[in-house]
Order: sequence, then C-alpha cells, then structure tokens
Amino acid sequence: MKPAPFEYFDPRTVDEAVALLETHGDDAKVLAGGQSLVPMLALRVARPAVVIDVNRVAGLDGLRQDGATLSVGALVRQRALERWAPERAPLLGTAIRHVGHAAIRARGTVAGSIAHADPASELPALLLCLDGSVVARSRRGTRTIAASEFFQGPLTTALAADELVTETRWTLPPAHAGWGFREMARRQGDFALVGVAAVVTIARGVVASARVVIFGAAPTPLRARETERALTGQAATATVLADAAQRATAGLDAVSDIHAPAAYRVSVTRTLAARALADAAARARETA
Amino acid sequence: MGARYFGAAVRRREDPRFLRGEGRFVDDVTLPGLLHAACVRSPHAHARIRSIDAAPARAMPGVAAVFTHADLARWLKPLPLFGAAPPGLAAAVRFDVRQAPQLALCKDVVRHVGEIVAMVVADSRARAEDAAEAVAVEWEPLTALTDMVAAGEAGAPLLYPEWGTNVAVGFSHAIGDAERALAAADVVVEETFRIQRYVGMPLETRGVVAQWDRRDGTLTTWNSTQVSHFVQQGLVAALELPPHKIRVIAPDLGGGFGTKASGYPEDVLVPLAARALHRPVKWIEDRREHMMAAAHARHQTHTIRLGARRDGTIVGLADRIWLDLGAYNVWGIVLPYNTVAHLIGPYRIRDMTVDVKGVVTNKTPNAPYRGAGRPETVFAMDRAVDCLARRLGVDPADLRRKNYIRTDELPWDFGMPYRDGNPLVYDSGDFPAALESALAAAGYDAFRREQPALRARGLWRGIGISGYVEGTAIGPFEGAHVTVDLTGRVRVATGAVSSGQGHETSFAQVAADALGVPLDWITVVGGDTAAVPFGVGTFASRSGVTAGNSIADAARQVRAKLVAAAAALLEAAPDDVDIEDGKAFVRGAPASAVDLGAVVQASIPTFARPGVATPDFEASAYHHVPTVTYASAVHVAQVEVDPGTGAVRLLGYVVAHDCGKVINPTIVEGQVHGGVAQGVGGALFEEMVYDAEGQLLTGTLMDYLVPSATDLPRIETVHLEFPSPRNPLGMKGLGEGGAISPPAAIANAIDDALAPLGVRVTETPASPARVLALIETRRP
Amino acid sequence: MTSRTVRLRVNGVIHAVTVEPRRTLADVLREDLALTGTHVGCEHGVCGACTVLWDGEPVRACLLFAIQLDGASLTTVEGLADGDRLHPIQEAFWAAHGLQCGFCTPGILLTAKALLDENPQPDEQEIREAIGGNLCRCTGYHFIVDAIAAAARRRTSS
Repeated sequence: MKPAPFEYFDPRTVDEAVALLETHGDDAKVLAGGQSLVPMLALRVARPAVVIDVNRVAGLDGLRQDGATLSVGALVRQRALERWAPERAPLLGTAIRHVGHAAIRARGTVAGSIAHADPASELPALLLCLDGSVVARSRRGTRTIAASEFFQGPLTTALAADELVTETRWTLPPAHAGWGFREMARRQGDFALVGVAAVVTIARGVVASARVVIFGAAPTPLRARETERALTGQAATATVLADAAQRATAGLDAVSDIHAPAAYRVSVTRTLAARALADAAARARETA
Repeated sequence: MGARYFGAAVRRREDPRFLRGEGRFVDDVTLPGLLHAACVRSPHAHARIRSIDAAPARAMPGVAAVFTHADLARWLKPLPLFGAAPPGLAAAVRFDVRQAPQLALCKDVVRHVGEIVAMVVADSRARAEDAAEAVAVEWEPLTALTDMVAAGEAGAPLLYPEWGTNVAVGFSHAIGDAERALAAADVVVEETFRIQRYVGMPLETRGVVAQWDRRDGTLTTWNSTQVSHFVQQGLVAALELPPHKIRVIAPDLGGGFGTKASGYPEDVLVPLAARALHRPVKWIEDRREHMMAAAHARHQTHTIRLGARRDGTIVGLADRIWLDLGAYNVWGIVLPYNTVAHLIGPYRIRDMTVDVKGVVTNKTPNAPYRGAGRPETVFAMDRAVDCLARRLGVDPADLRRKNYIRTDELPWDFGMPYRDGNPLVYDSGDFPAALESALAAAGYDAFRREQPALRARGLWRGIGISGYVEGTAIGPFEGAHVTVDLTGRVRVATGAVSSGQGHETSFAQVAADALGVPLDWITVVGGDTAAVPFGVGTFASRSGVTAGNSIADAARQVRAKLVAAAAALLEAAPDDVDIEDGKAFVRGAPASAVDLGAVVQASIPTFARPGVATPDFEASAYHHVPTVTYASAVHVAQVEVDPGTGAVRLLGYVVAHDCGKVINPTIVEGQVHGGVAQGVGGALFEEMVYDAEGQLLTGTLMDYLVPSATDLPRIETVHLEFPSPRNPLGMKGLGEGGAISPPAAIANAIDDALAPLGVRVTETPASPARVLALIETRRP
Repeated sequence: MTSRTVRLRVNGVIHAVTVEPRRTLADVLREDLALTGTHVGCEHGVCGACTVLWDGEPVRACLLFAIQLDGASLTTVEGLADGDRLHPIQEAFWAAHGLQCGFCTPGILLTAKALLDENPQPDEQEIREAIGGNLCRCTGYHFIVDAIAAAARRRTSS
C-alpha cells in the first residue's frame, strides 16, 4: 500500500503555504499530523499531485488562553492539548483522550482533526459544543468561520481549496458550568458509533444554559436543539433531564454502516444524552 | 535418560533476537538485485475477463515484467487441493465432494474479489503498484452468489455449471437414532445459530521471496508459510523440478494460526517470476490484499434440535449445518467433518443426526483457522444446552454435571470415524473435573448467590460456561533429523514451523533430555526443506506431539550411537555407559567422563588410527501418528452488559484445560491466552462483511476489529494433566483450544446477564448493535 | 517526484538518506538503514507494529514520510539494548514470556518505554490503555501487561 507519486513542499511561513495552496488548489492536500491523510494516501483513495507539509510553518504552535477564549494554533498536537487541558478544560481533556491512541495523538493536530471533519470524531463535536470557530487564511485574506457553519457533511467543510487553517478558537465554559461527555465506540480509541457532549449551567436550581452536541450519529456533529430548549429555564430535576434527553433525536437522520444500523444510533443517542446530562448536572455548581 | 527439561518453565531461547528486533521475517530477507512484485486483483466478486492489456504497465518506469495467464500458461497448473476423505472415513460416510481447479493467475473467470489476474514485477513495490494500476482489464461482471443458504438450494444460479449444484461438500451422517430419541424427549429446543466469517489475521501478512540459481538450476524460496513441505510439493508440479532442487525456507513467522497453512497462488507465481527474469523477486502482501486474498474462515449456520428428558438427561440431537466455503473448495471434507466430529463434545449422547452442506459462494476461500470448525460447532451445542437449561429451569452448570461423560465411561467410542478415518474414541481426560475446576476458579457459586443483589442494583452481570473435547495432533507424522557436530553440539531439524509457539525452546527441551546434553547445546531449525527431506508442517495443534515424538525418537537413536562410540573410546560395555550433561562416562566411575565433542572427534579417522567408531551421529525419525489424541477444557466467562448501549464488558475469564503432559508450562499458558483472545474477538468484535454484490466491506483494520489490550481481561488458567496413551511422550495438542469455547461461553454469559428479559443470543459477534436490538425487542 | 537528502538521527547515529517524498519512515528505516526491527503490519496506522520514538514519544512510522524528518531524533528497537546488555524492559519481557511470534514486540517495547518514562508507576488499566494502540495477535496481552508491570517495579526498586 504505497502512495501514488506526489510533489512535496514544506513551506516555512503561512504566506508561503497559502501561495502554494493558491497555485495548486484542488490538486493539493495539506499534511499536518498525517494520521488521517497518510492512510488515505496509502490506500490511494486520495491521490493529490502535491502534498504541502505545514509542520515547519512558523507561528502555528501557540496554545493561549485569554479569559474564556482558548486559541489553539493549527500545529498544536492533540497530545499537547491533552496535557494542557485536565484542570483548565476538563471536557476537552476527557474528550481528547478518546481520540485514537497516544501515538496517534503525538502527531495528530487539533486543527487537522477538525479540518478532516470525520462525523464520528470527537474534536469537531467539541468545537461545536464549545461555541468555537476556525480561523482560515488564504491569499485572499483571513476569515473566522463559526463551528456552526464549518461542518457541512462527512469529510466536508466550509474551507475553500486555497485556505489553510491557522488556528481554532474555543469558548471555555465558566468555572461553575457542569459538563458531560459520553461516547460509545467498539473499542477504546475507535471512532464513535455515537457520542454526546454537554455543557450546562444551573442557577437557583434552574438550567440557565445548555449546549448539547451529538456526534457519530449523523453526517456532521449536531446541536440537539430540542433537548436544549427542553432544558433551558426548567428546573434541573432528573425527570426534566431525562425527558430532554429523549428529545435529542428529534430530526436526527441517523447513518447506518456495518458497525451499527441507524436505529441503534438513534436509541443510543438518547441513552448517552441522558447520561451526559446527568453527569453535567452533577458537576454543575450552583450560582445564585 | 533424564527428564531435566521436560515440564520445566524454561524461558525462551529465541526471545533475545525478537526483543532486539533481529528476527528474520520474510520481509527482512534481502538479496542483491531484488525486484518487487505487486498483484492486479479482481475488483469484482464474479466476472469474465474479456481482455487484459498489460502494455501500458510494461512501459512504466522501473517495470521488469508483467505476467498474465497467457505469459505463464505453460507452467500454471491447478493449485493444490486438500481434504480427500481417507479410506476409513469414506467407507463410513458418503460424501458428495466437488473441487474445482484454481489457477494462480486467472484465465477466463474471477470468482472472488482479490483473485489475481496479473503480477507486475518492478524495481520497487511502489513502482510495481503504479504499474499495476495501469494494467487495463476489460471485465464482464456476472451475478455474485453471496448467501450460502440460498446458494445451496436447488434452482440457485450456479458458480460451476458443470457441477449442477453449488454444494461442494454434502453429506449426512447419523449415530444411533436421533429422530426416535427426539420424538420421545420431554423437551426439545430448536434454534438457528449463525457464526460469522472471521479470520486468523496474523500481525505479519504473507510474503514470498524467490531466488533462481542459473548455475545449478535450483530454486530457493523464503515463504511465510506454516507448511514448507507442502509448498515444496506444489513447486515440484509448477516448476517441473525434483524436490531436491527446490528449497523452501519458512523464516520467522509473525503469526500463522492456519491462515498461512493453505496453498496460495503467490507461492508459485513469485518463483516462476524469479526463474523467468533471472532476478530474485520479493512479494510482501499488504494488509488490504490480506483482507481479500488470505484465507477466510468460520462462517457456519447451524439449525440444531436438542432433546432431553424432564430430569435433564440429554437424549439426542439433530443439526443441519451450512458452511460458506468461498469460491473454491480448497479443503474438501476437513472443515465440514471436523464440525461434525466435534459437535457432541463432552456430552453423553449416543443419538445424533447431521445434514451438512458446504456451499461455494463468490467470496475468498475458506480454510482452517485455529479451531477449524470446532468453535462453530461448540457454539451451536453449548448454546443449545443453555437454552435447554433455561427451558428446564435448571442451572447450566448442573445440566452439564448431569450430562458430561465421566472418567469411568472412558474410553468413549462414538461409533463413527474421526477425520483421519480411524475410530473416534475419546482416549483420556476428565471432563467433570475440568468443569468443577473451572467453576471453582471462576467463583461460580458465589456469583450465583450475588447475582440477584447485583440485578437489584441495576448491574446486568452474567456468567457462562462452555466446554470442548478436541481431537488434536492429527498425523500421520512429522519429520525430524538430529545430528551432533565436531564439538558435541546438536542440530535438531524438523518439518514443524514455529509461528510463535516457541519450538526453538520446547523442542530443545525434548532433545536435551533424550540426548543427555545441556539445553544450550541444541539448535532447533524448523521449516527448511533442505534440513529434513519429508515433513508436514504446523497446524491442527500437532507439532508438540508429532515433531516432539519424532525428535525424541531421533535423539534416542543418536544417543545410542554416541553411547556405542563412547564405550569403544572408554573401553567399556555400552550397557555400562551413560550420558549426562554433555559428557559420556562409565556408570559408577565419574572420573571416566569425557566430553561428547571428544567422542565425536575420536571417531574421525586420522593418519595414525581409524576412528573408534563410524562418525555417524545423526538420525532421522518419522514417528507414526495414525490418529488424534483428545485434549479438553471448560471455559467460564463473566460479563457485564450495559442495557442502554448493548456494550459487553468481559470481567473475567477462566480456562481449565487438559493437554496431557506438558513440555513448557509457560509456553502452554501463553498459547491458551492467545487462543482465548482470538475467541473473544470472534465472540464480540471480528467479522468479515460482504455486501450483496460480493464486495468486501471490511477492507482494513479500521473495520475488522482485532481485540486490543483494553478489550481483554486477565485470563486464569487451571492445568489438569491426563497423559495421552497414544504417544510415548504422553502429550496432546493445545495450540487451538483457547479459541474454541469463548464465543459459546460469552454468549451464554450474555444470555445469563439478560435473563430477566429472556434474551437469546443466536449470532456472533455479539456486537453492541445486535445485543441492544435483542434487549429492545424484549423490553416491555 | 523530487528526492531530497535528509539527516536522521537514529539511536544516536546520524544517517543521511536520499528519499523520494512518498517513502515512509518505516520503509526507509528498514530498507535504507537496514534496521528491520521496525515492522510493518498494516500501513494505515492501526496495528502499531511500526511504532518508534520521536523525541521520546511513540509515533507511527508508517504514517510519516522520511522526507519530513530532517534533523529528527529517533529511537528504534535496535536502540534499546546496550551492546550485549538488554534494556530492563527487554529483560522483563523475556522473563515474563511477554512475546510469542515477536512481530508486535518492537512497537510494544518502545510504547512501554515511553509509558514508563512518563508514568513510572502505572496501574494495570493505565498499562492496557497505553498499549491499546498496539495489536498483538498471539499473547492476549496477559503476559505483556505483567512484563510492563514488572519493568515498572524494577525501575522503582533500582
């Protein structure tokens, strides 16, 4: 399983990288961590004429928290975020430990997983859950794409062929927020059959805010809006949480594959939503 | 003669090179001028080849040749077929067997995705793959057969029209009168069990390196095979050379499990290319090829009826069995008859009837893989027994206690032959003791007592039992050659091939004891046809018994020669001479001790004197093993089921097994662990999936789920030892046993965990999706 | 495809290799440097047989192109032993029967080394998770886990 031949470039600056992307566009693939791209090259399901290795591009490895905003440079490895996150962003830290295995996370980048947009992967879902965005550069300029706009289909994003992700931004939940993360995979580290990430805040026993994201079940990660509506402003009781979880599959067009039929994904979405919400409620700290 | 090493947990002598990364696997073999091969494989499950245009490929950079059937027609004979019924078996069972020839390069028709249509040889694998893509094949797709039951019915489209049927192996057999027994039974359970297609998946794929020597017209080939002598025989036919001009070397193997014990097109294609090009050629299978081209396995459906009296005595069974053989019936009666021979297992049943259909379909051919029919048949039987237990309202352990054959009933003659044509008679073992040991080690009674409280707490935990009796160490022989060199050091060569079983240690232990030398004086060489002229290979849990006994025989013969020469040297009677620790001495006179090297050297003539004896210190042996010997075990699995997701977590696993006398207990335990891990894979994770058009949907390890370290618990092994009366070393085979019972034990445990819902697991793998579907149909 | 010469520091020794872009690190180690201890099991990053250490971290050599690694510092299995003396992890595997066919072993040894360098006292679950990305088809992982635990105990006692 050897890749088809390709030309190789390793630009040193973002300017060089986007110039190459402008020149080669659809004939090029960006190589960052390589954990998703290289298998595709080996299987020859991807046959770009040009591979642009961005691992030596300067200035993309910053990990910076500014108040509630976390900025993650495009070359920050999943392992680096995993090491940074446990106290500062426990939802992110927990989710990222489900991404493959240590050797994958040693090279895989946070941005790469997001740009690859596998509907069963954790980081795109977390970006959506944490109201994140993707910063993309091209010769035409820089733009910030909200997570809600970014994921358009399986392995399909809003990125144009000449754009390079330089950074992802995440809104870290407030300290009193509760979070929950539940994933169902065949084996540890495998892609999710279904996963749910939830963040809630509770004030005076009432759910003040709720963000619930489902992944693995549909062609993109999805906000469970019916669930969020059923929670917000309601008493944070077990019944309310359980009922809201049942609504997580409203409008869900679940996928079928050899590992699970759609019906399974629908059923387990509800189950995991219930568990993730229960976890989130238990972790949430009261505010007056 | 001592027994210093036999039975000792000696650490393995081959380990240092593997630990250092200095093993020599087939891809580590490198030769000057080496070329690399890549295959053009059919993307269709069933298609006619209208034309092949290799010209564009031949023109590509680095390409030395492209071979199609037309280029090699003169040399392409049908690939070897196995599994003819031996006379004793054919006399008892009327088999309908059809085997169609398979060619190493397809000529007119391809019959499964992955079949080879052309082979490209270039200066690198990458450039060979580039060129392979440029070979233009015009296909005429044909209808693909993918459902074995439908394909086995009259009126189905035919894969081989000249057969008039798709049933490649068909037979019925009966002992006693099962229909009468079932009619008289108080309770009959009937169920259909589906065992999926799953495979050996060794971590090292296959590979062949071939070198043709023009000077003396000899071929040397390194082949990651478990059966070098079989491969040699295949090359005799293909190359039209005598065996002594063909050397097949099995290097270090990164796992085999039966997958590497079949005959394959590449075995002959690579040598043919090397001879045609006068350059050495290497082909290393990549994982994607392996998924579609290396032998598949298992894939049976059983519709079984099991009858019992109200008191729990099982009175008879009937089983209709289908096997999905894939596109070619390579292995004849082996898998179907293995399945039938192992169906009853440890149960006291005299009335059985089976109807078997091995059906061809447009899929990768099916070949024996660790267990070879036994896991499937044990699944049907032990699941049916548990269903029976539930119907009768008795504990599955008690039902087994009542029905397991007791030691005073051994030897137990089934009244039918084993696959080797000899009478199927259980020779030794204690199945009730294995049952009690396994239950005790698993804490069965305590678990049963706690189970209601666990359920009340919302923990769905279950425990499940499965046992087997296994015919091991099929014969008829294995080759061994022992020789002592000028320094007294010993080379043991055998036709057995190690793929991780530790032959270099265990066979050295046998030889060291038989000869009376230190363990590290012995070098074991396996799987080299130049080192031992006649051999069989390693599969069917046979090498400990077959090679072990041949090595012991040959070593004893060599020892006798050494004793005679030492006696002459020491001027004593041979009866007074002993060998211990590498020294020969007159018994009672330790000062007479002389190093074996000195004995050998004294036998070499010099100008001054003749030798004290002929310097012949070698011997060959081919210990005759006419029939198998019976190992057995009971497994107990503990699981926890998540009723919200269908996930099954394995909490614990116990094996209580008898494999007769044991050379190296640690190696034995490792084999049990590895077998169990593969059985767990079959129970919960692994499946080769085809769609209705015969396309293989599980094309990489991303979809074919091999269990990882987080999927397996610790495995507790209890050793029982009931020596085999059928060979001098008292050994039984053990390599496969671990893989036989896990699917049944785990499915039984899942049923037990979900007993309040009345769930019945009828197919494997018991994936979360399947388990949840069962739960949801039963939940109120 | 334009070849490039890159310098790889492997087990402390610097090698200059001229490589086409599409050649993986695994293939270059094996073919150009004759370090065949790194094994290729799948070429799509799942089995872990090709695991080597890059600056001490486990990575899949089949998912890296050698051309990317100019100046990189790598450890392969051949770099574990010190001449005749096996590394303590290798000794632990030998004593515990932590290998059968040996094909997965180099990747597992290096993964275990990286684990113990970061977490000298892992519990059983941590060990299993750490090697969760290294498939073994022979051992059922039972004795592998024992070997790593034994290696950890030896480290702390020495």
